[in-house]
Amino acid sequence: MLAFVVGLSRANALAKKGDAVLHSRPGYYGAYFALWTLLPALLVTLAWSAAEPTVISNIVSSQLPENVRSLSPAEESLVIGRINAVARGLPKLSRDDYELVRRTRYGFTSPADAQKVLQDRGVALGSAPEPYVIAAAYDQVEMQNKSQLALSAIAAGLAALGFLYANWRTSPKLRARNAVEAVVLVALVLSSMVAILTTIGIIFSMLFETIHFFGFVSPWRFFFGTVWDPRFSAAGQTGGGDGQFGLLPLLWGTLYISIVALLVAVPVGLFSAIYMSEYASRKVRTVAKPLLEILAGIPTIVYGLFALITFGPFLRDLGSHAGLNISATSVLTAGLIMGVMLIPFVSSLSDDIINAVPQSLREGSYGLGATQSETIKRVVLPAALPGIVGAILLAASRAIGETMIVVLAAGIAANLTLNPLEPVTTITVKIVSQLTGDLEFNSPQTLVAFALGLTLFVFTLCLNIYALYIVRKYREQYE
Amino acid sequence: MAVETVPGPMSGHLDPGAASSAQIKKSIGRRYAAERRFRMYGVLAILFGLAFLAVLFGSIVSKGYTAFVQSSFLLKVNLDRAVIDPSGQRDHNAIMTADYTKLARKALAAQVGADPANRPQMRDVGQLLSRDVDVEIRKVVLADPSLIGKTVPVWVLASGRVDMLLKDQLDRNLPPETRKISNQQLAWIDKAHADGDLALRFNWGLFTNGASSNPETAGVGVALIGSAFMMMTVLLLAVPLGVAAAVYLQEFAPKNFWTDLIEVNINNLAAVPSIVFGLLGLAIFINFAGLPRSASIVGGLVLTLMTLPTIIIATRAAIGAVPPSIREAALGVGASKMQTISHHVLPLALPGILTGTIIGLAKALGETAPLLMIGMVAFVVEYPTSPLSPSTALPVQIYMWATSAERGFVERTSGAALILLALLICMNLIAVILRRKYERRW
Repeated sequence: MLAFVVGLSRANALAKKGDAVLHSRPGYYGAYFALWTLLPALLVTLAWSAAEPTVISNIVSSQLPENVRSLSPAEESLVIGRINAVARGLPKLSRDDYELVRRTRYGFTSPADAQKVLQDRGVALGSAPEPYVIAAAYDQVEMQNKSQLALSAIAAGLAALGFLYANWRTSPKLRARNAVEAVVLVALVLSSMVAILTTIGIIFSMLFETIHFFGFVSPWRFFFGTVWDPRFSAAGQTGGGDGQFGLLPLLWGTLYISIVALLVAVPVGLFSAIYMSEYASRKVRTVAKPLLEILAGIPTIVYGLFALITFGPFLRDLGSHAGLNISATSVLTAGLIMGVMLIPFVSSLSDDIINAVPQSLREGSYGLGATQSETIKRVVLPAALPGIVGAILLAASRAIGETMIVVLAAGIAANLTLNPLEPVTTITVKIVSQLTGDLEFNSPQTLVAFALGLTLFVFTLCLNIYALYIVRKYREQYE
Repeated sequence: MAVETVPGPMSGHLDPGAASSAQIKKSIGRRYAAERRFRMYGVLAILFGLAFLAVLFGSIVSKGYTAFVQSSFLLKVNLDRAVIDPSGQRDHNAIMTADYTKLARKALAAQVGADPANRPQMRDVGQLLSRDVDVEIRKVVLADPSLIGKTVPVWVLASGRVDMLLKDQLDRNLPPETRKISNQQLAWIDKAHADGDLALRFNWGLFTNGASSNPETAGVGVALIGSAFMMMTVLLLAVPLGVAAAVYLQEFAPKNFWTDLIEVNINNLAAVPSIVFGLLGLAIFINFAGLPRSASIVGGLVLTLMTLPTIIIATRAAIGAVPPSIREAALGVGASKMQTISHHVLPLALPGILTGTIIGLAKALGETAPLLMIGMVAFVVEYPTSPLSPSTALPVQIYMWATSAERGFVERTSGAALILLALLICMNLIAVILRRKYERRW
C-alpha cells in the first residue's frame, strides 16, 4: 500500500518536472512499486512456510537417541507424535512451569512433574515424557521460533530490496505498464490452470488410494465380484480381507436406476422441448420455461426428501392396494424421482439443439405439404439426432453420479435383482456409507470408497467427453 | 370405358385420379389427428413437469410449515430463593446448577391442578415439558438475577409429544399406549390449552438453535452459519479465480493444444459427479494438507472447485457477448489489451458475470454429497466462531434429520428444506432481476 503511494508520488513528481513524458500512467508506477515490494517477499514466505515443518522435523528426528531411531516406523511415528504434543504445549506454559519442564530435560526434575504441568495446559500424554522427548520438543520450539524470526527478517529485507530496486528503476522511460501487465497475465494463466490442477488432483488422489486398496483386495475380485459385503473388522485388526467387495451389484443398481430415470426424463424432456421450441406461443414460453427450470434449481437433497417422506410411502400404499409388494425404497421410487430431476436438463439442452436446426429445412418440408408434426418427426428430429443423443448421454452421466436421491430413496442392500419394486444400491450410496462415521485410513472398508469413486469418475468422464464431442461436432455442422 | 387406375406404390399421396381424392381426404383426417396427438404429447409433458413441481412444493410446504410454530407453556414460575440461591450470595455456580426442572414442574402442576405431593403424577407432568426446560428458565434467571424469589411468567417449550398433539399430527383417539400420552395427561393438556397457558408460538429456535437430540429444541442455527462461511469462501476464491481464468481463455489464450485441453477439462469438470469432489477434498485437504474435519473452510474449498467451472463458463459467455467494436475502439485510442478488458469489456460483461456467479452460488448452497465426505455430518451444538471450527451446512442438516428415526424430526426436516428453498428462490430471483435490468442487446 505504502509502496503504491510512494510510486504514485514519484511518478507524479517526475511528471511535474516535465523534462520528459512518462511512458505509463502514474498508477502503473505505483503498482510497479507495490509488486516489487510484495511479490518476492510473499513468494519467499510461501516457500519457507511450506518447507519449514519438514526441515525441522528432519533435524529433530536426526538428533534423537540411537535406540529411538532404530525403532520401527510405526513406533517412531508414535514418538514423533508425543514430541509434537509436548511442543504444542510448551508455549502455553507459564514462565515457572516452562523452567520446570526445561530442567526435566537435564534430569533435574522428575518427568512425572512435567507431565502434570503439561496436563494442566490441556496436553494429554499417555505416560511421563522421557527426557529425550522433552529435549526434542524444546529444540523444535526453539527452531520454530528462530525460523519465524529469520523468515520475518528475510521477508522484510526482500521487501526493502524490491522497493529500492523499483525506486532505482523508476524513470520516465520505465515501461511500468508493460511490466505490471505481464505480471497480471501470469496471474490469469495461473488461475486458468486451476481447472487442470483439479482434474489432476482428482485422478491422483483417487488413484493413489485405489492402488492402496488393491493391496488388500485383488482387482479381479473387485471388478467381477458379485457379492458386496464389506464387513467392518474390529478396530485394530488389520486384514479385514474376509469382507467381499464385488462391484457388480452396485454397478447394476446404478445402471438400473439410471435407465428408469432416463425412461422418464427423455420422453418428457424431449416432448416439452419440442413443444416449447416449435409450437408454444411467446406467452406460454415465457411462463412455462422458467417454471420448468425451477425443477433444475431444486437441490437434490429436497428431491430425496420428497422421495423419502412422500413419494416412497405413496408408491408403497398404491402397491398394497394393487396387491403388489413395493418397498418404500426401491428402484422405481429413486428412478422416477431422478427422472423428474433430469427433465429440465434434457429439455433445455434439446431445446438449444432443436433451435439450431436451420429454418430452411423446416420450410422445405412444409413446402412439400407435410404437417408440422410430420416435419418434426421426419426432418427436424433426424437432423438434430446426434445433438439429442449427446444431451441424453450427458443426462445419463448426471444420473449415474447422482447421490442424494439414491441415498435417501434407493436403499442400502446390495441386490442383484431385476425386480424394479425391490431396493437396490448404487456406487454413490456405498461411497457415502463407507465414508461417514469414524474412519481409519488404512482399512479396505474405507479405501474401497476411493476405488468406487475412481470407477465412477472414469465412467462419467468417458460419457461426458464423448457426449461433449458429439454436441460440439453437431453445433459446428450447422454453423 | 374408363381405364382403371393401377394403384402404384405411392398412390395414397400422389395419385391424381378422382378415385383417390376420398383416400386423400381420409388420410388428411388421419394426419391431422396425428398432428393433434403429437401436440397433446407436448402439452402433457409440460403439464407433467409443472404438476410434479406443484406436488413437490405442496408436499414440502404442507409437511414443513408447522415447523415454524412450536407449542409452548406459559408457566408462572416461582423462582424460589431456597432452590436457586440458598446462600443468598448470588453464587454463580449455585445458579448454574440449580434444579430448574423441579421449579417448572411445580409451576405446571399448580396450573393444571395436579397434586405436587404425588410423585408419579409429578413425573407425568414433567413429561409434558421439553427436556431442555431447565436451560430456558436458567436463561431468564441469568439475564436478570434480581428476579430470584419472585414469581415470573415464562414461555417454555412443551415436549415433542404435546407439540405433535397440538398440531394434529398425533391422533388423540388412539389408545394411550400407542399415543404415549395418558388420559390424565391429555386432560391436563386440554386444560392448559383452554386456559391459554399452552399455545403455538412462532419458532425462533428453529433459526437459532444448534443440533439437539430433542426435536423441539433442534434448529438450523449452526448449519446456517456454516453455510454462510462456505458461501463466503466460495465468493472470495471462486469469483476472482473464475473471472481471471475466463478472461484469459476468452481474450488472451492462443488456440493450441493446451488451451483446448483446458477447455475440455472445464467442460468435463462441470459434469463430474459432485461426490467425486468430496473424495478429492477428503484426500487432499484433510488427509494431505491436514485441515480439520467438519470445518467449513474445507467445505468452502470443495465447493469452490465445484463452482469454478460454472462461473468460468458463464463469464466466458458474458465476455463473448460484448461486441468486438468496443474492444477495437478502446485499442484504437491507445489502450493496452489489459486496459481494454479491465476498463471496458469487464464492466460491460458484469451483469452476466454476476448472474452466473449467483446461480453458481445457489448450486453450491444446495449441494450435499461432497460435504458428507468431509465430515460435515456432525452433531454441533455450539456456534462455529471461525471457518476452522466444526460446523454443518443447511443441506447436510436436512440429510441428518431426514435419516434420524424420531418422528418429531419429520416436520423439522421439511421446515429446513423450506428455509433452503426460500434462500435459493431469493438468490435466483436476484439473478433474474439483474438479468432483466441490465441485459443489453447489442
